[in-house]
Amino acid sequence: MKAKNRDQSLSDSRELDGSYDQLTDSVEDDFELSTVCHRPESMDKLQEQTKFTKKELQVLYRGFKNECPSGVVNEENFKTIYSQFFPQGDSSMYAHFLFEAFDTNKNGSVSFEDFVFGLSIILRGTINDRLNWAFNLYDLNKDGCITKEEMLDIMKSIYDMMGKYTYPTMQDDAPIEHVENFFQKMDQNKDGVVTIDEFIDSCKKDENIMQSMQLFDNVI
Amino acid sequence: MATGVAAWLPFARAAAIGWMPVANCPMPIAPRDNSKKQDELIILNVSGRRFQTWRTTLDRYPDTLLGSSEKDFFYNEETKEYFFDRDPDAFRSILNFYRTGKLHYPRHECISAYDEELTFFGIIPEIIGDCCYEEYKDRKRENLERLQDDQEENKDLKQSNLNFRETMWRAFENPHTSTLALVFYYVTGFFIAVSVITNVVETVPCGSNSNQKDMPCGERYTVAFFCIDTACVMIFTVEYLMRLFAAPSRYRFMRSVMSIIDVVAILPYYIGLVMTNNEDVSGAFVTLRVFRVFRIFKFSRHSQGLRILGYTLKSCASELGFLLFSLTMAIIIFATVMFYAEKGSSSSKFTSIPASFWYTIVTMTTLGYGDMVPKTIAGKIFGSICSLSGVLVIALPVPVIVSNFSRIYHQNQRADKRRAQKKARLTRIRIAKSGSANAFLHSKRNGLLNELLELTGTEEDEQKLMKSTSLLESQHHHLLHCLEKTTAHEFVDEQMYEQNSLETALQAYPSHSPSIACHSSPAVTCCGRSGKRNSPLPNASPSPANPIPAHQSQLQELSALHIQRGNPLTHTSRIPRLRPPLQQPGQHIQA
Repeated sequence: MKAKNRDQSLSDSRELDGSYDQLTDSVEDDFELSTVCHRPESMDKLQEQTKFTKKELQVLYRGFKNECPSGVVNEENFKTIYSQFFPQGDSSMYAHFLFEAFDTNKNGSVSFEDFVFGLSIILRGTINDRLNWAFNLYDLNKDGCITKEEMLDIMKSIYDMMGKYTYPTMQDDAPIEHVENFFQKMDQNKDGVVTIDEFIDSCKKDENIMQSMQLFDNVI
Repeated sequence: MATGVAAWLPFARAAAIGWMPVANCPMPIAPRDNSKKQDELIILNVSGRRFQTWRTTLDRYPDTLLGSSEKDFFYNEETKEYFFDRDPDAFRSILNFYRTGKLHYPRHECISAYDEELTFFGIIPEIIGDCCYEEYKDRKRENLERLQDDQEENKDLKQSNLNFRETMWRAFENPHTSTLALVFYYVTGFFIAVSVITNVVETVPCGSNSNQKDMPCGERYTVAFFCIDTACVMIFTVEYLMRLFAAPSRYRFMRSVMSIIDVVAILPYYIGLVMTNNEDVSGAFVTLRVFRVFRIFKFSRHSQGLRILGYTLKSCASELGFLLFSLTMAIIIFATVMFYAEKGSSSSKFTSIPASFWYTIVTMTTLGYGDMVPKTIAGKIFGSICSLSGVLVIALPVPVIVSNFSRIYHQNQRADKRRAQKKARLTRIRIAKSGSANAFLHSKRNGLLNELLELTGTEEDEQKLMKSTSLLESQHHHLLHCLEKTTAHEFVDEQMYEQNSLETALQAYPSHSPSIACHSSPAVTCCGRSGKRNSPLPNASPSPANPIPAHQSQLQELSALHIQRGNPLTHTSRIPRLRPPLQQPGQHIQA
């Protein structure tokens, strides 16, 4: 009885306040604590499955667990963490695409295994592996080919990270132009989509791209 | 960049793989990780309590004591640990700052002791997390006020030599400064009381003469009362003139409420002096005497409570206005109803609606004088409803207003505090954000110098100009640099952006904007490939097909940039020699 009256008066005062939006606001139930906790597999197993040494896995896990004590990252956290590296622009879209690429089992959260598998491919994989991973990142609907719309989304998200204060001033069609360039280079049979083979082929022919792939060899 | 996520920097750099295939430029070279030593545990001995942490944890904040080489001063060779002779309890929160990136303020800690610890370890208190920031600021303000009070007491004891006018003003405003001021304070207070009492006693009927009815004392002892009145007014006039003389800003003083009250209090006397005892104007003269009662307001200089009451009334004006408005509505409604209800009865006192106002007010405030009573049944019914609702309409808002007073008063104080803090907090966040962005731009300019000198291969120059950016920072800057190359745009700060947009609008003289080896423009690809050029950029090179003049202009710009920064490039003789080496494949001028 008492609790009911309290809730009633609470909602009354909220309505009078005018600041209470009944559609979006909701009273957090105290019992619905997100007690999702995830423990990764043992280090030996991870060492077999990835190409990191034990020490590297230790460093990675410590950093991971520091930022996400519960053991998993959800998309919001992911975006927050990533946005701290790009203070000037809006990195949320690109972080979203990254999250989709890391979350291989599509359960809405990135566990340490997902994290470490992805990093292992990018940082310790062969050129083919890396290009495969990049292709997977671009292919938003995972149908095996990149369309112009998908590429445009990716490009826009990258340009968004630059923010407003750039030199030269960011034109609205800069991403579109960039996508045209990309397709000119990559789409060999000019059918409007880039398949995985065309992608890998064209990348291998491009010296710049090959050289930049070398950057990832000594990130950790 | 919040270094709490420093551990995720390798991930952010790995995520840059998405930019590589779409970039048309080569990526800049990554900073070398020269320190290949493994991560080790550091022992920090603080007054006997041992804390242990990884070296990389401390290295996150290189501009603090623990993160820099300053801690080597505290290194103890025998025990292989760092010894600090400080408070171990406060050190806990400091070490937690390194671990989590958030600085917390423990509530049980004394504010000045905590501040000292922060200063010792080189941590600025502004980065205290939001959860503890308000508490910290409150305590700090209390402390400051306490210090200020101490200082003011000291100041009062000191007799600084103000001039006569300022001394007088201080004496008037604060009677406790000197004995004379206190005397003056009490004398004026006494005379105000005397004046008010005379005004009251003047109207009391004294004993009567045998042939006349009771006269008020004022008419019986006219001379006596006149003398007292004159004396009071003289004192008040003198006081007013002295205040006017001593006021630092006479105009502002004349506009203040207290001076208006003073003027209103003494004016009737002078007007009465001037006016003759004419029967026509004596009525007006009598009215003027009413204003003498305003002398009672002069007491508010003597009473803090009156001043606070006046202030709260002023601040609750809207509440009072609402009460008045709802009362007026109710009065009009009930007066109308009562008038029409009583219209039928004969010899009714409810002659008009305005006449019924008096009945409604008296009934609603539950006074019930009884001079107007309804006689018809309908009138009685509505009269009872009126008195019942009167209880609600009047009795309810009054406690609400009373609580409103205290609530609004406290709320104002808290709102002002919060607003001041919010502005300060947003400024901090903005500074931190722009700080990290500016750090990148700053290091970019330094990085240009480094790249230039790396080509000449002189190690000493490189070391001379290498700022002490940590490896973390240089890796982060490399990441941002890669993004610039991918999108063929550069980060600039806000001022430069405004400047550039102005200049492209005006198409004025070329500006000294920093250019990098990969000259970028919307029409020309970042590899300097010649081709369509839509708009002549301020610093476009004259012949696009020839890369060498482009670089000359860039070099000239660089040297101009150095001169602008006041950094004299001492090796200007080396610059012409850079022309041949520019054709190295690392530059990729012509794709």
